[in-house]
Amino acid sequence: MSMNSVGRPTRPEAVESGYQPGGRGLLQDEPLLFELDGWDKTGVDLADVGDDLAGFDGLGGLVRSGPIGLPGLSEPETVRHYVRLSQKNHAIDLAIYPLGSCTMKHNPRLNEKMARLPGFADIHPLQPQSTVQGALGLMDRLAHWLKTLTGMPAVALTPKAGAHGELCGLLAIRAAHEAKGQGHRKTVLAPTSAHGTNPATAAFCGYTVVEIAQTADGRVDLADLEAKLGDHVAAIMVTNPNTCGLFERDILEISRLTHAAGAYFYCDGANFNAIVGRVRPGDLGVDAMHINLHKTFSTPHGGGGPGAGPVVLSAALAAYAPTPWVVHDDDGFRLQETPEAEAEAAFGRMCAFHGQMGMYVRAYAYMLSHGADGLKQVAEDAVLNANYLKARLSDLMSPAFPDGPCMHEALFDDSWLEGTGVTTLDFAKAMIDEGFHPMTMYFPLVVHGAMLIEPTETEPKQELDRFVEAMRRLATAAKAGEAERFRAAPVMAPLRRLDETLAARKPRLRWAPVAAEAQAAE
Amino acid sequence: MSELRFTKDHEWVALDGDVATIGITAYAADQLGDVVFVEVPEVGKTVKAGDGLAVVESVKAASDVYAPVGGEVVAANTELGDSPETVNAVPEAGGWFAKLKVADPAEVAALMDRAAYEDFLQTL
Repeated sequence: MSMNSVGRPTRPEAVESGYQPGGRGLLQDEPLLFELDGWDKTGVDLADVGDDLAGFDGLGGLVRSGPIGLPGLSEPETVRHYVRLSQKNHAIDLAIYPLGSCTMKHNPRLNEKMARLPGFADIHPLQPQSTVQGALGLMDRLAHWLKTLTGMPAVALTPKAGAHGELCGLLAIRAAHEAKGQGHRKTVLAPTSAHGTNPATAAFCGYTVVEIAQTADGRVDLADLEAKLGDHVAAIMVTNPNTCGLFERDILEISRLTHAAGAYFYCDGANFNAIVGRVRPGDLGVDAMHINLHKTFSTPHGGGGPGAGPVVLSAALAAYAPTPWVVHDDDGFRLQETPEAEAEAAFGRMCAFHGQMGMYVRAYAYMLSHGADGLKQVAEDAVLNANYLKARLSDLMSPAFPDGPCMHEALFDDSWLEGTGVTTLDFAKAMIDEGFHPMTMYFPLVVHGAMLIEPTETEPKQELDRFVEAMRRLATAAKAGEAERFRAAPVMAPLRRLDETLAARKPRLRWAPVAAEAQAAE
Repeated sequence: MSELRFTKDHEWVALDGDVATIGITAYAADQLGDVVFVEVPEVGKTVKAGDGLAVVESVKAASDVYAPVGGEVVAANTELGDSPETVNAVPEAGGWFAKLKVADPAEVAALMDRAAYEDFLQTL
């Protein structure tokens, strides 16, 4: 056991492992809000309605008959509950968050400041358009930047996230095929390494999904693609760079074959952050692509969302863009909300109003603060950081595609763990004890025991080095036969290793009052 | 019942008369890890070889189980809904997914036998 000079344990495995009710360190054991004591008080003074509602029937028989069952908590108790929960959380504001394919990068505070300007934050979507000209102008300029960066003639701003953007793109593709009398095309092709949302979106739109094989070097198998294309194929969905962190170097041929077969090319733009400013998807023959503003353009991500997934469209699909869009004429900016003459082909709306205004402001602030040259450097630094990690870990861990550089994420398989008794899952859990959020594991599915690391461009070299040192320490320990330590990990997390299998098989999705459970048992 | 036949997608088939019982191999169950959810087909559904027959989801991944041969679903192992762990415990017996009345029993004979399947596993 490692001890410091006053006899205290210094390493995670030396710490007493039992879960200690009441908390550890300064982290309190946190019950559910409903399990906190003190139902007899309240933080808000409400007048007792007494019998005033006796006989009231204005709600069609829906007047509540008993207490609502909310816990009674004072304001400090409530605040502490949520702050304590937030302390148990990991966030990009605490440390590197290397989830591959998720692009967890820093959210610049300038974005936040701009989004809180009253002219953006305190407006309502039903306000007269003459009173929100600034906001509409921002949407127009954001659209201009997105079209310019992607080399595409049209953009639908409203989709609320990447998968919503996929839906928007495929609905436009379906509308275009139907307009051309090609409605019989019912198949969508997607590579085996695709994000799960790609086949899910295609299936949701009524398409049958057929997988395209992958080559040994992690790219789309052109021969397989060519064999599977035909008069029945509506579209292909390809991510570029793909989920293995590799640029599809045959992308021009992929697009040529697709168009020759009469199909459209949907590009999953989740990894646009690796090529922004350097490659324009429009030049690659892409017909539709979503852009995750919460990835490439640094708006909040994960629980901090909401996301925004605008979709750029080629000339072939532009007429089918969903409403609304911003139009600029002599009277200023206005929203084209209903299909008038110029929008007859539009398939409808993607959401009730105009999309995530707060995210538009943040993304636009990011674009303006970086400029076109800065965005190019974003892509370059994202790729440089990933290759730095790959280079510094490849002697201990096994890169899935060792030949050549990667793009914005470094992918390892688990062959280097063979015989150690340590799995990818164990390794990821041990990273928590080292103070790091684990990388993406077991995705993409085409790589055995995949570990997908995306550092993003916002990590300084010092933080990358700290991460590398921890990874090297763990990798060395795994190879040195310390499997037990990995199986026990994480020992420093509040609830240690969770039983993910039990949670998936028998999830407890609703809290039930303890008293009611006890009564039911009697 | 005949000896098991196997596919490259790690399904097994046992033919009894013209009824084929289908499941996933021990190798597949091991690779998936703890199975947490299984979706079996509805009885009466007709499938072609290569069509999606069932869905199996583990803590790691969700996968389609493909029909190794064509036919009509005559039975489905609905007990897996409540006890998906059976797929891990006895993948090549009680963990079966569905039974098909096969259109062409020769399709089964064309699949790999156990020795060929084990050779195939060596190549992975």
